[in-house]
Amino acid sequence: MQEENEDILEQITTSEYKYGFVTDIEADEAPKGLSEETVRFISAKKNEPEWMLEYRLKAYRHWLTMEEPTWANLHYPSINYQDVIYYSAPKQKVSLSSLDEIDPELRSTFEKLGISLDEQKRLSGVAVDAVMDSVSVATTFKEELSKVGVIFCSMSEAVKEHPELIKKYLGSVVPATDNFFTALNSAVFSDGSFCFIPKGVRCPMELSTYFRINAANTGQFERTLIVAEESSYVSYLEGCTAPMRDENQLHAAVVEIVAMEKAEVKYSTVQNWYPGDKEGKGGIYNFVTKRGICAGDHSKISWTQVETGSSITWKYPSVILKGDYSIAEFYSVAVTNNFQQADTGTKMVHLGKNTRSRIVSKGISAGKSQNSYRGLVSVAKNADNARNFSQCDSMLLGDKCGAHTFPYIEVKNNTAQVEHEATTSKIGEDQIFYCNQRGLDTETAVALIINGFAKEVMNQLPMEFAVEAQKLLAISLEGSVG
Amino acid sequence: MLKIENLQARIEEKEILKGINLDIKPGEIHAIMGPNGSGKSTLASVLAGRADYEVTGGSVEFLGKDLLELSPEDRSREGLFLAFQYPVEIPGVSTTNFIKTAVNEKRKYQGEEPLDAAQFLRIMKEKMNLVEINQSLLSRSLNEGFSGGEKKRNEIFQMAMLEPKLAILDETDSGLDIDALRIVANGVNQLRSKDNAFLVVTHYQRLLDYIVPDFVHVLYNGRIVKSGTKELALELEERGYDFIKSEADQAV
Ligand SMILES: Nc1ncnc2c1ncn2[C@@H]1O[C@H](COP(=O)(O)OP(=O)(O)OP(=O)(O)O)[C@@H](O)[C@H]1O
Ligand SMILES: [Mg+2]
Repeated sequence: MQEENEDILEQITTSEYKYGFVTDIEADEAPKGLSEETVRFISAKKNEPEWMLEYRLKAYRHWLTMEEPTWANLHYPSINYQDVIYYSAPKQKVSLSSLDEIDPELRSTFEKLGISLDEQKRLSGVAVDAVMDSVSVATTFKEELSKVGVIFCSMSEAVKEHPELIKKYLGSVVPATDNFFTALNSAVFSDGSFCFIPKGVRCPMELSTYFRINAANTGQFERTLIVAEESSYVSYLEGCTAPMRDENQLHAAVVEIVAMEKAEVKYSTVQNWYPGDKEGKGGIYNFVTKRGICAGDHSKISWTQVETGSSITWKYPSVILKGDYSIAEFYSVAVTNNFQQADTGTKMVHLGKNTRSRIVSKGISAGKSQNSYRGLVSVAKNADNARNFSQCDSMLLGDKCGAHTFPYIEVKNNTAQVEHEATTSKIGEDQIFYCNQRGLDTETAVALIINGFAKEVMNQLPMEFAVEAQKLLAISLEGSVG
Repeated sequence: MLKIENLQARIEEKEILKGINLDIKPGEIHAIMGPNGSGKSTLASVLAGRADYEVTGGSVEFLGKDLLELSPEDRSREGLFLAFQYPVEIPGVSTTNFIKTAVNEKRKYQGEEPLDAAQFLRIMKEKMNLVEINQSLLSRSLNEGFSGGEKKRNEIFQMAMLEPKLAILDETDSGLDIDALRIVANGVNQLRSKDNAFLVVTHYQRLLDYIVPDFVHVLYNGRIVKSGTKELALELEERGYDFIKSEADQAV
């Protein structure tokens, strides 16, 4: 780990967003705008069964009655939902009989992003579902996984192949009506990943989904559903990038996790959507609802996120601790630079007895950015002996940025123990000079200090992601000091 | 190796160095003594390139280069090391990780390949023995929660790892117990060669029993007001600074 750390620091050379290229590939698109027609169009494109269309239409109709939330500490011009393309699919053969048939252009796009769709070349131990714009392009290692009964496929495929599971679980943790963006997502979601770990199975490899927005003016609305049956285990990774474009693009995803008795799900995200340029032009609007339920006793869900991208981030990965003795964790590093704004945190809802949750949030702000932590810890009346520990640390680089903390605590049971600690610090000039004196230039020094600050969270990431994430932290902050 | 001529520097309009002259040759050890606030740490900081100080006059040549033109990191990579009077804490970054980055940055500057894990570890073990520092300390966050003495010893360990041409030790002896003092001095003596030099800032003659200087200078009010051999340090120990102060004040 340590060597890799230094290698990474050496590799940092430019401060440009390096995933900003556009793939020139023909796409099959829906006409601009949102209406019942659009919803029907998407459903038809995907040959969906009637029940799925009904689900979407119901969500759409509900969405029409809702208003975009304004309580977050985010400021952006209002979004014209009629100006977005809700479906865009790279044209390629409808169904692939093998991974060899993937369009070479698509394959090379993912290669460029460091994602090999070639199973032989793939890092051992990681299966990938690659999603470009609105559709899943390929899923690797499916066969190997199916041998142990693990289902890992695109959401579109799951709707067709596993309708009983989708009907049962889709929307069970995050109902379509939950909020403005979940209603929108439920109406127009196009693809995403489905993953099912049967009873007693420890998933033999890391599962990962890699999201890529390519087409212009397109929104991405993906949907991820993970179901871990009794005594199973899975570690799931999510990564994302987008081209550099002057206009803002909308991303509104929903992720749901269900953990049954004694099951454990570890969900890690490295969010690196295009953050916009130095003047604040362009970038992804990232409105995401992620929620898991510890449905069974002794179950565990942990969210780890490294948020460096997007011009606007609105995201609160949460856990409902329903089962007794269930455990939830939220580890987050959110970096904002230039004109980025992030309002992110978590909700820990303690319902069961003897439940425990832990929140570790590290916010790093630079440039003229605004970085807010918003968290809720709630303990229900019957949730005896609930425990929560929250640690929220902010670090400021420069004096034009802002860090804010909004912790909310609602306790209805007097056996609860809820602890909250918060700190704010700055990178000291004396720290940087000390590093300079040892031969580290200022960028390397900042990267090192930041990685040290975020270490507790970074340590939670699976190996394959930790390296990329450390690099990202450094790159996102380049040019912000000195 | 280091030639300082009429060096003047200020911080926030306050003139601190008022014309320093000093010539250090390879293989030499120079000690700088002087009352609190006389400008010893300022001199060390200016040589290391701290941006808070503005150099208002004079020149410094280091190994044939104009030192004042170099960035702080390049000064380090050229072989200048400063053991800080107050070493800084960096949470979450282990000394091992930190010093490995430093060593490899220097190697890169010199056009050498970075050390691989095994090579690095071997060198580290060797230097750890030299300054009698243990692994558990090096695995902890840099200087965080270290005792005063541990911090100083850690500075000397880093110095040993970087093998500088010129090492400036700013009161490395303060806060050390007798054993630690001997260990630090022993480390310096072992690293000493005909090719490198040391500039040792201290208040106590005691250190100079272990690290025997070729020259002793007294810095007072931003100037070197007296230079001599190691006997000068003994005289200062006995008589204090008053006699030098009054001499110097009269001269001005
Ligand atoms: N940021 C600053 N602003 C104003 N004056 C300063 C600043 N930094 C240092 N000085 C002053 O410069 C003078 C020289 O300080 P310096 O630290 O170099 O002394 P020193 O000889 O190392 O003393 P000591 O023996 O106590 O370590 C002191 O009077 C100090 O107060
Ligand atoms: Mg001093």
